[in-house]
Amino acid sequence: MGLNELTAHEMLAKIKKKEICSHEVVKDIFKQIECFEKDINAYVFLDKQASLNQAKARPAGIPVAVKDNICTKGKPTTCGSKILSGFRPPYNAGVIQKLEASKAVFIGKTNMDEFAFGSSTETSCFGPTRNPWNLKTIPGGSSGGSAAAVSADQAILAIGSDTGGSIRQPAAMCGVVGLKPTYGRVSRFGLIAFASSLDQIGVITKDVEDAALLLNMIAGHDPCDSTSVDLAVPDYTQVLRAGVKGLKIGIPKEYFGRGIDREVEDSVRNAIKKLSDLGAECREVSLPHTEFAVSVYYILAPAEASSNLARYDGIQYGYRAKEENLLDTYFDTRKQGFGREVKRRVILGTYALSSGYYEAYYIKAQKVRTLLKKDFDKVFSRYDLILTPTSPTPAFNIGEKINDPLKMYLSDILTIPVNLAGLPAVSIPCGFTASGLPIGLQIIAKPFNEEAIFKCAYAFEQNTGYHLKKPEIEHK
Amino acid sequence: MKYEANIGLEVHVQLSTKSKIFCGCSTRFGARPNSQTCPVCLGLPGSLPVLNKEVLNRAVKVALALNCKIAGKLKFDRKNYFYPDLPKNYQISQFGEPLSYQGYLEVAGRRIGIVRVHLEEDAGKLVHPELSVKTSLVDFNRAGIPLLEIVSTPEISSPEEAYRYLSLLKSILGYLEISDCNMEKGSLRCDANVSIRPQGTASLGAKVEIKNMNSFKGVKDALSYELSRQEKMLAGGERIIQETRLWDAAEGVTKSMRSKEEAHDYRYFPEPDLVPFVIEPAEIEAIKDQLPELPGSKKERFKKDYFLSDYDAGVLISSKDLADYFEECVKSYNNPKQISNWITGEVLAQLNLRHVRIKELGLLASHLAELIKMVDSEEINIKMAKQILPELIEKKSSPAEIVKNRGLVQVSSKDQLAGIIDKAIEDNPGSVKDYQGGKVRALEFLVGRVMRQTKGMANPRMVNEILKERLKNS
Ligand SMILES: [Zn+2]
Repeated sequence: MGLNELTAHEMLAKIKKKEICSHEVVKDIFKQIECFEKDINAYVFLDKQASLNQAKARPAGIPVAVKDNICTKGKPTTCGSKILSGFRPPYNAGVIQKLEASKAVFIGKTNMDEFAFGSSTETSCFGPTRNPWNLKTIPGGSSGGSAAAVSADQAILAIGSDTGGSIRQPAAMCGVVGLKPTYGRVSRFGLIAFASSLDQIGVITKDVEDAALLLNMIAGHDPCDSTSVDLAVPDYTQVLRAGVKGLKIGIPKEYFGRGIDREVEDSVRNAIKKLSDLGAECREVSLPHTEFAVSVYYILAPAEASSNLARYDGIQYGYRAKEENLLDTYFDTRKQGFGREVKRRVILGTYALSSGYYEAYYIKAQKVRTLLKKDFDKVFSRYDLILTPTSPTPAFNIGEKINDPLKMYLSDILTIPVNLAGLPAVSIPCGFTASGLPIGLQIIAKPFNEEAIFKCAYAFEQNTGYHLKKPEIEHK
Repeated sequence: MKYEANIGLEVHVQLSTKSKIFCGCSTRFGARPNSQTCPVCLGLPGSLPVLNKEVLNRAVKVALALNCKIAGKLKFDRKNYFYPDLPKNYQISQFGEPLSYQGYLEVAGRRIGIVRVHLEEDAGKLVHPELSVKTSLVDFNRAGIPLLEIVSTPEISSPEEAYRYLSLLKSILGYLEISDCNMEKGSLRCDANVSIRPQGTASLGAKVEIKNMNSFKGVKDALSYELSRQEKMLAGGERIIQETRLWDAAEGVTKSMRSKEEAHDYRYFPEPDLVPFVIEPAEIEAIKDQLPELPGSKKERFKKDYFLSDYDAGVLISSKDLADYFEECVKSYNNPKQISNWITGEVLAQLNLRHVRIKELGLLASHLAELIKMVDSEEINIKMAKQILPELIEKKSSPAEIVKNRGLVQVSSKDQLAGIIDKAIEDNPGSVKDYQGGKVRALEFLVGRVMRQTKGMANPRMVNEILKERLKNS
């Protein structure tokens, strides 16, 4: 077994006993990358020598892979888009500053759907990432590169971002742990915005304890982000072993049924039974406005995105089309620099915000968003957690939904409501399909109650062991 | 037919905070291009705005001074449009819920309504190095400087009233010490909406927006031109179209801008990167308590406490510095009427001559007060005092010293004067005769002789007295 297969907490224990140091782990990680990266394409930027040097200087540093939409000073940050080609930010994102303070080792930037618009990591200008469990399938998205890297032991830990499920859905499809913290728990400073009111940075790890460890490293107030909350951060690793006895868990009936794959539903039902056996009180609840979540999301997210992406005009940085006059420079820069899905969403968002349609779409969607939030508030007044499947289906084949945006958008149907309500949620492995693809269980808590999530996720994981299974990666 | 004008003014004021509205960059004017920028004000990917609280304090100050209501919640919106000097291609502004609304400004006894006062960030500036080269450069130093937009109701009725409104607004902003209001530096910018309608009718005419006015006089001239242009059009049976026009100061005309600019849809929506910020009533009260005395009430106080004319009080309060200077003088020497005369006369003349403000003149209030006191106590006469004034400014020594050094002490001794006066009577028998024959003005001639003889240092009051006495007796 290579040292790259270790979890962060295992690695730290060995470092403490002076059995290994970070440098050896990073060496094994690059060995793995050299072996499988051609097949998986999890990374868009790697600098082996810089990583090894950093690991030498930080003997206890844990290797972390970072999604390509998080600003890394002096290193490429492209959001998987041609329009940001050549862009190297002059500053580090808030989470990178925190990782630096924790002396983590930076492995590379991971692949993603262009500007995080997608659920399959197929829209990246660097080509698709492949799922280590089956190279014919997608790894989920948009943090597909981060999930695949962790799943394939090409990183110990990874950072992702989640706007509508972009951490949890790929985590589920790659059989790893993916946590989206409460909106405001982790600084968004330096996260290249997709939809500001929904975006949240989170973690992708091999097990729940590592998720707690990594969240400890990156959580907390950042004065550079006025939406980040000034609230004390508990030590999440301290609550893991508290167990689920007495936890009240709601099972929303709207999350089961039409569109949910049989095998997914069965695995999640089994998980619920397991947690009941462990002492949790599970009861069916209702989140009546769930059916509107995807519609609301596909008004609000593109609306914000259309504005956030306006700055990519070829004037200051990134790709610029060579044109004679200003208007043509704008048009051609954006025509040539953006991919199809980005253009689709920019047009959608511009339309939703334009006068005459603003009331009918944007305002209406905000109202329904409030109703969705109230649904959750109501359930959380009586329950500690909500359990659902993470993704309606296991990983699908590359190319299967890329030309059918509506079908693609439904991949996030179970994760989107959480972003609309600003809640924390995790996806953990809870089973496998007959063909060997991972299935994810989503655990949702009320705002700033990540601790309840950790208790439940850790108890399930320790009493089942799905997280221990590794993909047998074949070469293409 | 008679027409009446409806003018609304939109004034943009740069708030003179040390740092920008959403980042820590300096706002200093005139720095090397792009030397005062950071990821936030450049709108680099991933950067986020954070509100500078000092900006809010200053904005609330202005709103209170303009008698506005203050919103309990500070909310920002995005105004989306593409322009190369706009780093994010949207401007963080306030649209739906402005910081403050429904205020007024009392201009020469008439209330001009203020529709709203709101905060926004400024954009950068395009620089065209040479007109022959097809290149434009962008300087982002100005991007993110806090702006306050003050929108009046369209009830200003003449260019003169617009001028008075702007002057008063500028004076208030100066009193609050929140902006240098320099139109040439761009720290105060003004756009106007102009429409005319037949006198007595209710509905507003087609609205023409005028931009590009960069002085108060420019505003007045542009409005005068535009009003007569519109009147001529209506009189000639033409229709006025709603459009944006630019003021060309060199030619003295307004010119139509391409109408393409009109088709803007700014797609406003709430800025999701800034959480709404609650303004506590206690904070507003605290700012209210810190408000300085404003021009209106200061003028009333000056009239009441110092018995000054409306005109004199008006001149003194036109700038806070001048009013403060006046009161400092009064503190040194309690003769407000004389001090006011001197300031509105000689001192203002010196300011105009030297193109400086009172703070830069270098005339100590205590020195001016001393000078006036010396005149009042007849140590020197008014003519001497006026001669001394420039020296006070240039040499910065006290009036007493200058008088001493120049040997300017007034001749007030009866004995000294008597001889000179007697000589004047002897030398000018004709004038003596005239005076005694009832020509009062002949006395003035004799006084003048004496003054000339003493090089202006005689006490004119005493000369008068002694002369009259002698002429009566002789
Ligand atoms: Zn800045």
